[in-house]
Amino acid sequence: MIPLTWRKVKNGGMTLLMALFTLTVLIPLVLIFIHIVRMGVSSLSLDFFTQIPKPTGEAGGGMANGMVGSALLIALASILGIPVGIFGAVYLAEYGGSRIATTIRFAADVLSGIPSIITGMVAYALLVVPLKGFSALAGAFALSLIMAPIVLRTTEEQLKLVPVSLREASLALGVPLWRTTLKVTLRSAMKGVMTGILLAVARIAGETAPLLFTALGNQFWGKKLTEPIAAMPLQIFSFAISPYEDWHRLAWAGALVLVAVMFTLSLTARYFGRSKQSGL
Amino acid sequence: MEIKVHIDNLNVHFGQTHAVKHVAMAFPTNSVTAIIGPSGCGKSTVLRAINRMHDLTPGARVAGSITLDGADIYGRGVDPVAVRRQIGMVFQKPNPFPAMSIYDNVVAGYKLNGRFNRGEADEIVESSLKRVALWDEVKDRLRANSMELSGGQQQRLCIARTIAVKPEVILMDEPASALDPISTLKIEELIEELKEKYTIIIVTHNMQQAARVSDYTAFFYLGDLIECGDTRKIFTTPEKKQTEDYITGRFG
Repeated sequence: MIPLTWRKVKNGGMTLLMALFTLTVLIPLVLIFIHIVRMGVSSLSLDFFTQIPKPTGEAGGGMANGMVGSALLIALASILGIPVGIFGAVYLAEYGGSRIATTIRFAADVLSGIPSIITGMVAYALLVVPLKGFSALAGAFALSLIMAPIVLRTTEEQLKLVPVSLREASLALGVPLWRTTLKVTLRSAMKGVMTGILLAVARIAGETAPLLFTALGNQFWGKKLTEPIAAMPLQIFSFAISPYEDWHRLAWAGALVLVAVMFTLSLTARYFGRSKQSGL
Repeated sequence: MEIKVHIDNLNVHFGQTHAVKHVAMAFPTNSVTAIIGPSGCGKSTVLRAINRMHDLTPGARVAGSITLDGADIYGRGVDPVAVRRQIGMVFQKPNPFPAMSIYDNVVAGYKLNGRFNRGEADEIVESSLKRVALWDEVKDRLRANSMELSGGQQQRLCIARTIAVKPEVILMDEPASALDPISTLKIEELIEELKEKYTIIIVTHNMQQAARVSDYTAFFYLGDLIECGDTRKIFTTPEKKQTEDYITGRFG
């Protein structure tokens, strides 16, 4: 009987250990949430969503310019990054010869592994220097470089999940390959593709490094896409390292809003991801 | 006897594999021809060559000539899409478009091609479904999802979808092998009726089925066409030893 009991003890001990490790992973997340909510909630007000930052020393002010700026940057980055990602994925999954496809796939994986500050430097060299100024465009370009490979890889995976029999059914009806790809394959994979896009948006929404020397940040409303523009992560960063208590409070509120937005995006993505039925 | 599809010196390679070797045969108009043979003998490969489905398989090479009404479908400047509109195909596993209704599945060929005409659609749906004897079973739930149908009904829906685009030839790749005996029987009866209007080429694993539904039978083995001819003759007095061994169940 002794070996059996010992085995049970080991089993119980290991289960406990794994539960502890799982908790260790969860605790920081919960702590971050609680802390951000505690620090941020008191600074949230209507002003926070409608006002731009006040000069130092003046009370009040908000991050309206940062929120609008971030939304604009994300929208622009999506316009640049999503089509590249989707069409690239269609090429890989439906048309690509195997060697070219492998190369592109590898390049996309490397690109998504590159530290985002490097992406910012690339955008700096390609857009900021020639245009002689920091700009929203350069910021959006940097973000789109992060977005495209994520969208590409998730879309490709989703396209591969569409059964060959559906493609063949369409082709055998005399539907050209491009229409089949668009109306059968891509549409069947639509939900998965949407999930990928949302996750990519959530990812770039919080990116700070690539914006440091591209969008730069702006204390006021940006007027043109060729001018520096405010963005939430940048504002949180600069307010948090400032010596002013007021700005610290704004930074906490900003962090809360940003986390809430990303949380919502991830939840929406999960919702799309879960109902796997095709959208044809 | 009028010839609908004529194959001459057909060779299909997949990379290094020589899957179909120097095949020559003819398919008479408004007849049913069965292609039989053990797994891997190249029967499906021949079938898929007839509507140019290999065009999209990387590494597949088709050589030789296949003519439809005398015109080479592999000829210069021939659009494979146009070929597939004339030569339809029904697959082994029923594959209706899963999120489309029964109605939309029948007219899928029009919808997906952007040539959908609401006025004609009702008529096409009704006549196609009647032709495959599915109309009475589904006429009250045309807007229901196609996946609610049984496997046999789904397969008849797929046949309806194929004839809705008005092909001249219908290729069937083991159309009943995933179905129960009663559904199989219905498909076989359907094939019998469809040949009045279409030329049918059917690949089957089931020799009884070949004997029941076909006018002509071709026996393939390891990529070679061993023998082809009148079904009754192939099954009663085959000329080749290999054919006899196969149909009597000695191998395969």
